[in-house]
Amino acid sequence: MTFRARHLLGIEQLHPIEIATVLDLADSYVDLSRGAVKHSDRLAGLTQINMFFENSTRTQASFELAGKRLGADVMNMAMQASSIKKGETLIDTALTLNAMHPDLLVVRHPHSGAVDLLAQKVTCAVLNAGDGRHEHPTQALLDALTIRRAKGRLHRLNIAICGDIAHSRVARSNILLLGKMENRVRLVGPPTLIPSGAADWGVEVYDDMAKGLEGCDVVMMLRLQKERMDGGFIPSEREYYHRYGLDAEKLAHAKEDAIVMHPGPMNRGVEIDGTIADDINRSVIQEQVEMGVAVRMAAMDLLAQNLREERSNG
Amino acid sequence: MTELRLTNARLIDPEAGSERLGTVTIRDGVLAAVDDGVSMAPGAIDCRGKCLAPGIVDIGVKVCEPGERHKESFRSAGRAAAAGGVTTMVTRADTLPVIDTPETLEFVTRRAAQDSPVRIAPMAALTKGRAGREMVEIGFLQDAGAVAFSDGDTVTTDTKVLSRAFTYARSLGALVIGHVQEPGLSAGAAVTSGKFASLKGLPAVSPMAERMGLDRDIALVEMTGVKYHADQITTRRALPALQRAKANGFDVTAGTSIHHLTLNLLDVGEYRTFFKIKPPLRSETDRLAVVEAVASGLVDTISSMHTPQDEESKRLPFEEAASGAVGLETLLPAAMRLYHAELLTLPQLFRAMALNPAKRLGLPQGRLSPGAPADLVLFDPDAPFVLDRFTLQSKSKNTPFDGQRMEGRVLATWVSGALVHGSAG
Repeated sequence: MTFRARHLLGIEQLHPIEIATVLDLADSYVDLSRGAVKHSDRLAGLTQINMFFENSTRTQASFELAGKRLGADVMNMAMQASSIKKGETLIDTALTLNAMHPDLLVVRHPHSGAVDLLAQKVTCAVLNAGDGRHEHPTQALLDALTIRRAKGRLHRLNIAICGDIAHSRVARSNILLLGKMENRVRLVGPPTLIPSGAADWGVEVYDDMAKGLEGCDVVMMLRLQKERMDGGFIPSEREYYHRYGLDAEKLAHAKEDAIVMHPGPMNRGVEIDGTIADDINRSVIQEQVEMGVAVRMAAMDLLAQNLREERSNG
Repeated sequence: MTELRLTNARLIDPEAGSERLGTVTIRDGVLAAVDDGVSMAPGAIDCRGKCLAPGIVDIGVKVCEPGERHKESFRSAGRAAAAGGVTTMVTRADTLPVIDTPETLEFVTRRAAQDSPVRIAPMAALTKGRAGREMVEIGFLQDAGAVAFSDGDTVTTDTKVLSRAFTYARSLGALVIGHVQEPGLSAGAAVTSGKFASLKGLPAVSPMAERMGLDRDIALVEMTGVKYHADQITTRRALPALQRAKANGFDVTAGTSIHHLTLNLLDVGEYRTFFKIKPPLRSETDRLAVVEAVASGLVDTISSMHTPQDEESKRLPFEEAASGAVGLETLLPAAMRLYHAELLTLPQLFRAMALNPAKRLGLPQGRLSPGAPADLVLFDPDAPFVLDRFTLQSKSKNTPFDGQRMEGRVLATWVSGALVHGSAG
């Protein structure tokens, strides 16, 4: 097992072996979470602070549960409500928090690179829970674990990521991770939602769902934000659903055993048809949520080990 | 009568496009004679073969007076300029308040006269409050000493307002400086679009926004006949439009910034905000195309686009951080990178940094010929050093060259024959 990182800021900085290490450990935490006593003392005595500068219910709950199952003292801070309104800068907030001696800092921020900036100023381990349109590493790791458990492997798979790639940190982290693990990644969506330069990322780009899904093992749908639906990026919600919403007809182009994923929360009838989302033979959306807790337990456990080692050395 | 003789100097003459060993005689603040050869007469200062060139005329310097003196004052900017071989700072109007009345302009000239060791040639805004709705008192401001009219990096979207301002400016022979960016396309952008911007998840602008901005302004020049200068051309695709405008005989010139000539968009790296400038850094292809355009003379001037920002404005997530970099002291050393890379010669560099800007503004500076003001810079193009931003004279230390190896040091600077920085001999 090898995991050297001090922080989990993005998939970009991780080596494939580190990714595999997180996933292997996460497998054991799936078992723990399914057992009768969902508790361990791996993080006992450590303080975890969840600092969310952007609304989140699911990710924050997942991190909180992960910390509690491992015995950490967990505190949630809703940052929109507090210091930002008073004009405090991100750095000041970081220094204030650092003075409280946290061990694990989980941060979500609306601006790309903000979590990197914060990590430079604190002495604890920092986990990126999503920064702007940049990265969302734990989401990519939980998606990887879900795929590995469903498909039995995490390499040489055809994976289509569909929808609003341009504004999605989930897409970026997934593209990086799946590429590092030697998969074939396709991006499918209207050209207004495909980032410029995407063709240079080592992926294939499609603006036609049928062609993009042809022969795929995994279909990953992305959420389309409400504010992007009216005329700005796409003509309308109904045209988007017609051309890019995942329904049985479009899914038929993928392999027969292709799995369907979505990071949630879903817009049923916009990017995905309700019956597909609920089809237990195809959809692994609920598993993704379960894997989320396990992956976050694993990531925090590994970072805490490195932190302890660093502190004992000096 | 005071006389000063600088000899054994490698004279960089941008007008003649030549370099030669020679002697310069200064009398009463003016170049009295420029002679070939070395003459070690008593009292002559031996320049030991170092380069002597006309002082730099830097169009677009932001001195944060009035309004933000904690970022830069006339004293600190003037010292920085002297240390960087800049003998004329052409100051921007985007201060707080905006320089849009003869009264505020007089404040600038008075403060500059009190505190700055180098010359100031102030610009005024083109529209009141840089708001793009009403033109300023162009005539009064010219009388008060405004050398050009510019709203800085704000683009007026109302072309009717702009066409009237251009028409009025034309009747007075005033020079208008425009920021060429299509404002809709570039709204909210922090970097140039492409693979890097997308991977970093940063809001980006297509380099085409510059071409669109330039095309619009050139059409307005054709319509009104105004004297026009584009502040910064930084992309390959804008160059043919500029070339056509010049070939068609329009009174159009263009500048670029030293940062766009020496850095590219990948320098932003891990969200380094000192590399956030306006317009954003471009691709390497664009950089080299613009360097070539400076060599050919298509792009006329090089500026530092000196923009002081305090630590608080830069220690923020990239999108929120302020744009701009200080450049007065690093303009010459950075320009030496282009010289050492054999992309531009020293006379070409000083044509773009001294002669052309002075000519465009109607100033007598920028020349190394008898009768010109004795604004001079003596420098060693080969002297190596590692830049430490805390050694800069500017109050703000936001330079993208911090920690970098540079070659080229200013040894001495004279304004009107008076030594304002360093020492010779």
